[in-house]
Formats: sequence, structure tokens, C-alpha cells
Amino acid sequence: MPDLSAPSISYLGLAPVLIVLGAACIGVLVEAFVPRHLRWNAQVSLALLGTVGALAAVILVAGRNELTAARAVAVDGAALFIEGTIAALGALSILMFAERALDPAKSAFVASAALPVGSSADRKLATAPYSQTEVFPLASFAIGGMMLFAASNNLLVMFVALEVLSLPLYLICGMARRRRLLSQESAVKYFLLGSFASAFFLYGLALIYGYSGTVDLGEIREVAARSGASDALFVTGLALLIVGLLFKAGIAPFHAWTPDVYQGAPTAVTALMASCTKVAAFGAILRLLYVGFGTSEWTWRPLIYTIAIVSMVVGAILGITQTDVKRMLAYSSIAHAGFLLVGVIALGDAATAGRGLSSTLFYLLTYGLTTVGGFAVVTLVRDGDGEATHLSKWAGLASRSPLTAAVMTLFLLGLAGLPLTSGFTGKFAVFRAAIDDGAWPLVVVALLASAIAAFFYLRLVVLMYFSAPAEDGPTVGVPGLPTTIVLAVTAAATVILGLAPGAVLDLAEQAAVLVG
Amino acid sequence: MEIPGTYAEASGLLASAWLLVGIPLIGAAVLLLGGRRLDKAGHLIGCATIVLDFVLAVALVAALAGQDEGEKAVTDTLFSFIPVGELQVDIGMLFDPLSAVFVLLITGVGALIHIYSIGYMAHDRARRRFFAYMNLFVAAMLLLVLGNGYVTLYIGWEGVGLASYLLIAFWYRRPAAATAAKKAFIMNRVGDVGLIIAIFVMFATLGSTSFADVFAGASGLAAGTVTALGLLLLLGACGKSGQVPLQAWLPDAMEGPTPVSALIHAATMVTAGVYLIARSAPLFDLSETARTAVTVVGLVTLLYGAIVGCAYDDIKKVLAYSTVSQIGYMFLAVGLGPAGYAVAILHLLTHGFFKAGLFLGAGSVMHGMNDEVDMRKFGGLGSKMRITYITFALGYLSLIGFPFFSGYFSKDLVIEVAFDSGGTLGWILGGGAMLAAGLTAFYMTRLMVMTFLGRPRWDSDAHPHESPAVMTVPMVVLSLGSVFAGFILVNVLPLSDWLEPVFGPEPEVDHVVAPIVVSILTTIVVALGVGAAWFFVARREVPVRPPVNVSPVIKAARANLYGDAFNESVFMRPGQWLTRAMVYVDNRGIDGAVNGLAAGLGGTSGRLRRTQTGFVRSYALSILGGALVVTVAFLAVRFG
Repeated sequence: MPDLSAPSISYLGLAPVLIVLGAACIGVLVEAFVPRHLRWNAQVSLALLGTVGALAAVILVAGRNELTAARAVAVDGAALFIEGTIAALGALSILMFAERALDPAKSAFVASAALPVGSSADRKLATAPYSQTEVFPLASFAIGGMMLFAASNNLLVMFVALEVLSLPLYLICGMARRRRLLSQESAVKYFLLGSFASAFFLYGLALIYGYSGTVDLGEIREVAARSGASDALFVTGLALLIVGLLFKAGIAPFHAWTPDVYQGAPTAVTALMASCTKVAAFGAILRLLYVGFGTSEWTWRPLIYTIAIVSMVVGAILGITQTDVKRMLAYSSIAHAGFLLVGVIALGDAATAGRGLSSTLFYLLTYGLTTVGGFAVVTLVRDGDGEATHLSKWAGLASRSPLTAAVMTLFLLGLAGLPLTSGFTGKFAVFRAAIDDGAWPLVVVALLASAIAAFFYLRLVVLMYFSAPAEDGPTVGVPGLPTTIVLAVTAAATVILGLAPGAVLDLAEQAAVLVG
Repeated sequence: MEIPGTYAEASGLLASAWLLVGIPLIGAAVLLLGGRRLDKAGHLIGCATIVLDFVLAVALVAALAGQDEGEKAVTDTLFSFIPVGELQVDIGMLFDPLSAVFVLLITGVGALIHIYSIGYMAHDRARRRFFAYMNLFVAAMLLLVLGNGYVTLYIGWEGVGLASYLLIAFWYRRPAAATAAKKAFIMNRVGDVGLIIAIFVMFATLGSTSFADVFAGASGLAAGTVTALGLLLLLGACGKSGQVPLQAWLPDAMEGPTPVSALIHAATMVTAGVYLIARSAPLFDLSETARTAVTVVGLVTLLYGAIVGCAYDDIKKVLAYSTVSQIGYMFLAVGLGPAGYAVAILHLLTHGFFKAGLFLGAGSVMHGMNDEVDMRKFGGLGSKMRITYITFALGYLSLIGFPFFSGYFSKDLVIEVAFDSGGTLGWILGGGAMLAAGLTAFYMTRLMVMTFLGRPRWDSDAHPHESPAVMTVPMVVLSLGSVFAGFILVNVLPLSDWLEPVFGPEPEVDHVVAPIVVSILTTIVVALGVGAAWFFVARREVPVRPPVNVSPVIKAARANLYGDAFNESVFMRPGQWLTRAMVYVDNRGIDGAVNGLAAGLGGTSGRLRRTQTGFVRSYALSILGGALVVTVAFLAVRFG
């Protein structure tokens, strides 16, 4: 009779995840029992309460380094930092979900996503002032899943978290009020490809279990160290696990879904995916590679090295020919994923241990904030069909709305990594860590890729400031309070983390602990 | 003399010296940021800040005068500017008798010229911008003279350069003004490089750039280093003060509005070079070579300016060359070491009064004559503009050194200390300075005669009239200074005593030539100059068109002794060839490479883009392919 005693669970350590998931569950009940006219406010407050509460919980439990729930979940510096980052970015994304002032129909989400596109009922819905409140619990579930994903110390938990974060995202990708077809297409694509990639992950998991007899990352490492990791089962399993994670992080060559999905999804959802999903995926990659496969570093290192180069180069070069702002930002996120991998590589050496991790954590935060801000600006520029995302529409935006253009310029400069913005500090930290680790060829490539990427960021700046505005140009919407808060917070963060990053860098340094 | 570089800590009112810089700076900011709604009140704000600054300056100087013996120099560190490792640069104020003199000059003359500008710029639509730049200039100039280290000084130094550039090009739609501003900026840069390299050398050898540390450590430096420092500082001073070989920008700078010429290009900014050398006295005291270089530059310049000044017909250009020449006197004096420092500052002050007055007078003439500057089209203006005429005449008498006017006291002293420096060089310096005094008398008498005396040669549409009181009152005040300042600063409130805490007691010298002899000889030479001008210019009709068949000497002088031609052929043309060559290389080589690279990237991007088909099946295939590659690569790494 096997011993089935329940594992001890540190509820306090898990509080951040539990709060968000709890808020999501209550959200489902709210959807069922709260009268329609109160639902919007109730759902928005609940979702915000969940993410902000999670952030508060992270601050409360900061400093813990332990494994809980039978070693399945890690509560350590890196996990908490990433959970906090996801909670903060998630709160900002939910604020964008809650924007009522921009779309004439009060919400960027359609009330009934299942109607066939183009049917008369669907056309009516586009301008009807009905809105959808299920998106809030769905987003909360996704955010909760992301937080667990980055903290799981067990491949099975990691897989479950992966699905928890993915399924709601597949759904809400298809809920755009405008350009329904594109939105539904993106949802289906994301779902098909996501499932495909999950299958790789699952198969890898199975192979690793077959090899080591365990799904616990720490135990896998011990088994690998004992046996010398000479088994093809082990290597193949590792490769497939990595493929699954690289897909979620949107890293070339597993990036193909990113531009299509980022473009089609409602922009608020894109912001959530581009920031939180990426942060969560990198949290999982860090944990998988360093906790589970730390002793087999020389197996995966050359490959991650190559993939970093591929991702940076593909993102930067393909970004050049994009004509849609959202697609451009998608390729930007692919390039940034490559830069982040540079930081992942730099974890390697014991002498510099921590610096690579802390700089990667810092980079995730700065990248996430700037990206959310960029997408928030995208929601402002609108014409009759909703958001005007084609680059030509942005020509001369500065003369139409100097403030919007200035804020967007700030975010673009941040993404390009110009000094005095957070993007520079982040890049500098990551590249320095990589150089200290001896990975200077990688840094050279990264710098070249940054230069290439700067071209398309700056091209948009040039377009906004030095082109004549188009006759039938878009109008710049006046954002309501939620988007204003998002813009203010992200713009302030982009500047402050560029000018005085010391405190946050210190925080990231203290948080650079992976247990397991 | 105290040990160089020991300053007392500022306290009480003296700790507010930074306000002197702050007030006009805030004024400039308000005027520039306030936009058009301040157009109506802009000039009043501009004047009010400078007048307030002057009042504060007087209070501060009174406070300084009340300090105990040995605490006549107070310093006050404001904040740490560059705290990087070994390089610690603090921004701070040093208020000592030397700064005090400059502060009074800048705020006093500055206030008068600001008030004058209300009238002069009354019809200009950009008057607010003018006052904003003028305030900016005053702030920068005060920072220059109040800084307690070379870096603070340098910030002010560049600040006045910027303000000067902006004001020369104030009427930037005129190509001549825009070109003149560029010329001034570029020639100043040449000098600035000297100053900044000097600062680098100080940091490299002494580890600090504050006056206190540099002067205290200077005696420990190698002789060569000190000489190099002196020569580099001299280069900087030449640029800012329009001294040979960097003199050419100053006459062109007259394209700016006349109050600018009066304040910046006559009374204050161009004397910054003299301040720099006087301030660096502890360095120059250690290097005979550097001092000699200063005197030679001064002598060459004072002769150059005086000769060229004789040939020009443009009233402002003549005054500009006169400025070049008079600053040459100051350089000559300041290069003579302890005997000359106070004398140089004295001449600087009296010059500040009479030259500012002369420029304001010239501005008043232009104001009444449709902005005409050609003296051949003046004549007989004395009867139409009595106040301008009288104040201008007083300034004129002062400049040529008419006995007991301000210029007489200061210029005589310069010539005297030049003779006293001894040896052959002393005779050359003294003789040259005396000769130039005669030339000065010649060109200024010529200017007076052509402008105010004789028969009118006006254009038909000219209706000369006296300027309004807001312009004439400052001219009257300055003319009083031109008359009495010299006497007061020599006999009543001796400047040399006031400056003793800075430069030490005046050394006892054996006079090579008795002072009274120098005075008499100089006066005779000046009288000869006046007489010559009378003989050549006043006796006959002045032709409206300049005569063409003239002697080679006059031709050379009209071409400013080929100074511009030299610059053009030696620097400008080769520079243009070089830039053309670089542009060629840039277009063909670098741009080609860059554009090629960009085209290559764009092409790659376009081709790669085709992989983004939009079909889920091909995406899935790419993921499968990627997964295969990754797995095979892993296996290859592991087992290969």
C-alpha cells in the first residue's frame, strides 16, 4: 500500500498564484449570479484585485526560498520576481481590457464570439453596446497559469500550468469586436499550433520520465548527474521540452505564429501575450535549464546559443519589411526573445552566477513594461474600422497628436535600447553578463541585431514626425482612465528604469535565486 | 600675497553669489518658455532681472569689502557635477575682488545696455527673443567669472559663446549675419579646444580642475607643463577675445544688433580672455615663455587692429577693429605679470565704459539713419543728434587717451609698464603700444570727422533724428564713466589696492623711462595722430565712393591686412577640399556600403517574409522542422 499522506503545502508561499486563480473562480460565479448591469464593474474590480493582490502577496512573501507541495512548486527569488512581474504586467493588461472610452461600442471585445463572421447578427453586434465580461475571469486564469508555469519545479505541474495559461488565451484571442475574421483566424492558428507545441512538450516529458523515472526537476538533475546523461532518451526528451517552451516564448524558429496571432488578437490581449506570456515562458526556460538540466549544460548550451542568434537576426530582419504596427511589434518581441536568451546563456559560470539571472529578470520587467505601453498606444490610433494599425496611417501622427507621438517615440526608443531608457539599461545588463561569461561573439551579434532593429523602430518615429499626415488619416482617441494609467505607468517606468535603475537592479540581484 | 588657491568659506550674503547667475538665467528661461504671451512685457522682464542683478552685485561687493583682511576671497561649493572615480568636479562659486570687478562691469553695463535696447529694438518683432538671449548671455558671463574652477568657467565660456552665436545671428534671415555667426562659432571653437585641452592637462597632472587645487599644485609641475598650460590657455583666450591669429570673427560679429556689439563684442565677453589669463596668474607667474607669448600676441594685435581700423568705412567695423586693438593692450599688460595685471583690468574697465558708450552712440546714429553704417554717407550729424554727438565725443576723447579722461589713465599705464618690462623687448613693446596710440587717434578722429562733422552726404531718404531718452540716458551714463572712471579708479578708489588680495602688492620697479616722459610722449603722438587725421580727412571733401587708386598700404589695410585672405587660403580652401574629399568617400564608400547593407537586409527580409504564408500547415511544418533540427543537433552535440 503506497503512502498517500497529503503533502504539506505552504499556502503563504503559493498565495500569489492562489489569489489570482481564486479571483478567476469567483469571476465565474460573478458571471453566473451578479445582475448584468453590475457585472462589468464587478469583474474589472475582481480581476484587478486579483492581480494587485498577487503583487502584494509577492512583496509579502519575498525572501523565501523553498519548495512546497511535495517539491512541485518553487517559492524562490526568481519565481517570486517573475510572479510579481507577471502580476504587475497582468494588472496593466487588465486595465487595457477594461477601457471603455476608445471604442464607440464601449468595449474592444465582442459580446458573442461564436456567431459566424459576416452574418447579420454578427454585423449588428459590432456596433451594439453589449459587451463581454467573461474575458476578465479568462484573463485571470491565464495570468494564474503563467505564474504557476514559471514557478513549477515539476514537469507535470509545468505542463498543467502551460495548458491553464494557454486555453483561456486561445479563447480571448478570438473575441475582438472589430476585424472578426482576423481575430478568429488568429485564435484557431494559436490553438492549433499551441496544441502541436504542447504535444512536443508532453512527448519530451514522457521521454524524460522514461529515462529518469521522475518528473521532479531536482531529481532529474541528480539522475542525469549520476548516469552521465549519455542516454539518447534523455537528450531527445530535453530537446522536445525545449521546443515546447521556445514555442511559448515566441523564439525563432518557433515564432511563426507570433505575428499572425499578435496582429489578429484584440490589442489588449496581444499586450498580455507579448508581456506576461513571454515572461512566464522565460521563467520556465530558466527553471528547466538550470534546475532540471543544469548538469547537462554543455548539451544544450551550444544550441541555445545558436537559437539566440537565429531569433535576434530573424526578428530584426523580418521586422524591417513589416507594414503593420502590431506585426512590427511582434517581430520586435521575437528579437527581444533572442536578447533574453543571451542573458539565459550568461547564467553559466559559477563566478558570475546571479548576474546573468538578475539581468535577465530585469530585462523581462523592462521589456514587458515598454511593450505593454507600445500596444496601449496602438489602441489609441483609430479610424472607422477600429484600430488603424497600418504604418501608412501613422504618417504625420505627431502633427495630429504630439503627445501620443511623443509617448510612442519613448516606447520605441526604449525597445530600440537607446540610452536613458529602460531598454538600454536592460540590454546593457544582459550584454555585460554575457561578456563576463565569455559569450562575446553572441554580444557582437546582439549589438548588430539591435542596430538592425533600431531601423524599424526609428522608421516609425520618422514616419510620425517627418511625413505629411494622410488626408483620410486616423483619429487619435482620447483614452479613458484605465489606458491613461497604463500609459503613465509604462512611460514613467521606461524613463525611470533608464535614468535610475539602481533600486530595481538591486532587487533583481537579490531575487536571483533558483532553488530545487 | 597669500598662498595661491586658499579661499575662505562663503557665509551670509556672500553665500548667495550663485543668485547672480540664477536671476538672469531664470529670466532667460521665462522669456524663452513664456512664448508669445510675454511679447508685450518681455523687454521689461529682461531689464528688471539685470537691474535686480546689479543691485545684488553692489550689495555683494559691499559685503566683500567688509570682509576681514585675508578673507577677501570666498568660495562656496554648490554641488558635485561629475563625481566619477578619480574625477571629482564640483560646481561652485568664487567671489573675490577680481570676480567682483567683473560682476559690477557685467551687471552695470549690462543693465544700461538692456535699457538702451528697449528703444533700439522697439520695432523688432522678435524683441522678446532678443532679451531672452541677452539674459542668457549675462547669466553665462557671470558664471564664467564666478566659477571656482576651470570646469565651471568652461561652462560659462561655452555659454557666452552660444549666446554670442545666437545674437550675432539674431537676424538670421540675413545671409551675412548667419555666416558671421558661423564664423564666430568656428573660430571660437579653435580657441575652446585650447582651453579644454588645458583642462585635460590639469586633470592629468594635478588630478583636479578647481582653481584652489590647480594654483596650489602648479609650483610642483614641470616647467614644460606649466608653459604648455599657459600657451593652451592663451589659445583659448585668443579665440574668445579676438586676438591674432583668431581675430577675424570679431569684426564680422558686428552683423548682430548694435547693443550686442556694445555688450558682448566690446565691453564684456571679448574681455573673457583677459580674465582667463588674469585669473590664471599663478600659472603664468611660473612661465616666462607663456607670459612673453601673451605680450607678443597683445602687441601684434594692437598694431593690427589699429592699422586696419584706419582703412574701414563701416562705422561699426572701425569700432570693432578698435576693440581688437584695445584688447591687444590688455593682453600686452596682462602678459607683463604682476606689474601688469591690475593695469590690464583697469584698461578693461575704462574700455568697457567708453567702448560700450561708443557702440551705443554708433547704434543711435544708425537708428537715426535707416541702419546705414557707411561713414561716407554720414557727415554733419553733430547738429542733428546733439546728445549722441556729445556723448560720442566724450567716449572718443577717452579712447584716444586725451589727458585726464578715463582712457588716458589706463592706456598710459599700459604703455608705461610695457617700457618698464625692460630690455629690448620692453622698448619694442612700449614703442609699439605708443605708435598704436597715435594710430588710434588717427582712425577715431577720422571716424568723428566723417560722421559728425563736415557737410551731409546722406542718402536722399535719410532723416536723421535724435534717439529717444530710453537710449540716450544709458549713453549719458556711460559717457560719464568714460570721463571719470579712470581718475576715480586710479586716485580715489585705487583699483590696484582692491585687487591686491588677488595679484599681490605691486612690485617696485625701476622706471626705464620716467612716467611723466611716457605721458608727454604719448600725448604728443596722439596729437600727431589727430593732426594727421585732420590734415588728410577733414580738410577736404570726403568722397561718397571710396577712392580706388590708393597706395598698397591702404589696400592691404582695407583687406584687413589679408587676415581673411590668409584664413581662406590656408584653412578654408584646404578645409573645403578635405570636406569634399570626405563627402566623396562618404557617398561612394561609406554610403555605398551602408546602403548596400540596408538593401541586402531589406532583400533578405523580403525573401524571408515569404515564409510567413499565413497557412497554419506551413507554420506547423516549420515547427516540426525546427523540432527535428533541434533534436538532431542535441543528439549531435551529445554523441557527435
